[in-house]
Amino acid sequence: MLAQPAGTPVEAARAARGGPVLRVEGATLQYKTHRHLVTATYRVGFDVFAADRFILLGPSGCGKSTLLKAIAGFVKPVEGSISLHDRVVDRPGPDRMMVFQEFDQLLPWKTVRANVAFPMVASRKYGRREALERADHYIGLVNLGKFADTYPHQLSGGMKQRVAIARAMAMEPDILLMDEPFASLDALTRRKMQDELLSLWHQVRCTIVFVTHSIEEAILLGNRILVLSPHPGRVRALLETRRGADGLVPSEDFRALREEIQQMLFGENIVQEGAGI
Amino acid sequence: MSREFNEATFGPPSEEWAVVERPLPLLQRLFAHAALRRLLILLALAAAWQGYAVWADNPLMFPSFTETIDAFWTDIRSGVLLIKTGNSLRVLCMGYAIAVAAAALMAGLAMTTRLGDDLLSTLTAMFNPLPAIALLPLALLWFGLGTPSILFVMVHAVLWPLALNAHAGFSGVSDILRMAGRNAGLRGLPFITGILIPAAFPAILTGLKVGWAFAWRTLIAAELVFGVSSRSGGLGWYIFENKNRLETASVFAGLSTVILIGLLVEVLIFRTIERHTVRKWGMLR
Repeated sequence: MLAQPAGTPVEAARAARGGPVLRVEGATLQYKTHRHLVTATYRVGFDVFAADRFILLGPSGCGKSTLLKAIAGFVKPVEGSISLHDRVVDRPGPDRMMVFQEFDQLLPWKTVRANVAFPMVASRKYGRREALERADHYIGLVNLGKFADTYPHQLSGGMKQRVAIARAMAMEPDILLMDEPFASLDALTRRKMQDELLSLWHQVRCTIVFVTHSIEEAILLGNRILVLSPHPGRVRALLETRRGADGLVPSEDFRALREEIQQMLFGENIVQEGAGI
Repeated sequence: MSREFNEATFGPPSEEWAVVERPLPLLQRLFAHAALRRLLILLALAAAWQGYAVWADNPLMFPSFTETIDAFWTDIRSGVLLIKTGNSLRVLCMGYAIAVAAAALMAGLAMTTRLGDDLLSTLTAMFNPLPAIALLPLALLWFGLGTPSILFVMVHAVLWPLALNAHAGFSGVSDILRMAGRNAGLRGLPFITGILIPAAFPAILTGLKVGWAFAWRTLIAAELVFGVSSRSGGLGWYIFENKNRLETASVFAGLSTVILIGLLVEVLIFRTIERHTVRKWGMLR
């Protein structure tokens, strides 16, 4: 068994360490388009524990982005509940920082440093001076020290995403929400960013919920993967990745896990695609 | 290997093209300056004006460039032109400020309620085609001769284009930016000042520019119509008065002042704001 279903001794050990950071219980999410009321997810539930790299994985239409927006507080569940440290999430807040896929999530009228400091100051979590010091520290962590005083429009897509990650991490939120942050990047930059995110996590050990539709990205980054099936989104499985001493998933396991997830999502008869990560 | 290929295809690099950077000839560099090119055009126009006026020799109808400059200088030194300009600018600032406040209110209303949105769209559609100056007779009826009437038509000239632009700007702020702001915990007024206004600033600035141009033209036009009773007339009145006295050179001087102030505000105020905001932020190229 490469992937373990939930409710194993691992889970029990976690529960002993304290309750989950985030608990989603039977969440049904709906949104309106111009003509339809779309059910994005149907009774989805899972727990995220401290220092998890929790992946929401599924094809388009499985409601994973809507789910993340609901955790962020932008969408209210029509059924079920979402709670952070036992407090019900009812509005957006700086305890759940979001990194979006879009490059225009940075404020174009602020420099990189001011952008990273912005939520810290706006939420009054830190004083102005401390916010700027922390901003510089985290800008250094994402290797953008030289660009602290430039404006977002002068940066490349990958650099903008790094600023957004630094901005979210510098807040030291209870949970970091990432909505396909690397999906708009070119393949080479994406690979690099994935490695950088992992090494950042090893330094900061924050709790991350990461949305992706790439099976490879999910296995590469996550320690737990929630597989969702589409129309409407429901939980197919909760998998755990086993990592070697180097923190990476051994290639044997990687291949087997990928196959398992592919089977889950696309059924028995799949043609092996030359899938890029 | 690649070198062989290069040489085979393109031959050895020639001296002339192998230079990475080379200064352009002086004349080309001078012509790259827009200001210099414009200055040349202005000089040519002044020379043509002077030439035609001397040839026509009819200072009553068409004073020469030098006569105009002379009249301009005389009236500046006597203070007449400065006082009139000051009067005009004071009324302008008052009307502009009222209109900006009203536009902010309208745009705010349109942002928060659907009815306000419909109201703004309907009102702008109705009043935009109506030249502000056409309301002057009505304003005279309501407010009499004097500043309030001018203010009324000026507010009308500025309010609609500004409110329309601001509203379009606010509506155009991307969902991602809004979410980023709300994610940081901003709501209410801090959200408006911290996210919406800066994000909509390019559109707001365009509205302010258009509004300013409308205000200035409407003001001069309104001052042409009256000023009879008020002793403190503005630039428009100065032009009208001098026409009645057949001081044509002073009429030209007054017109030049109107142009000059329009240009100065555009270049000194709006371009400076633009350079330090939207251009620096990469929101406008």
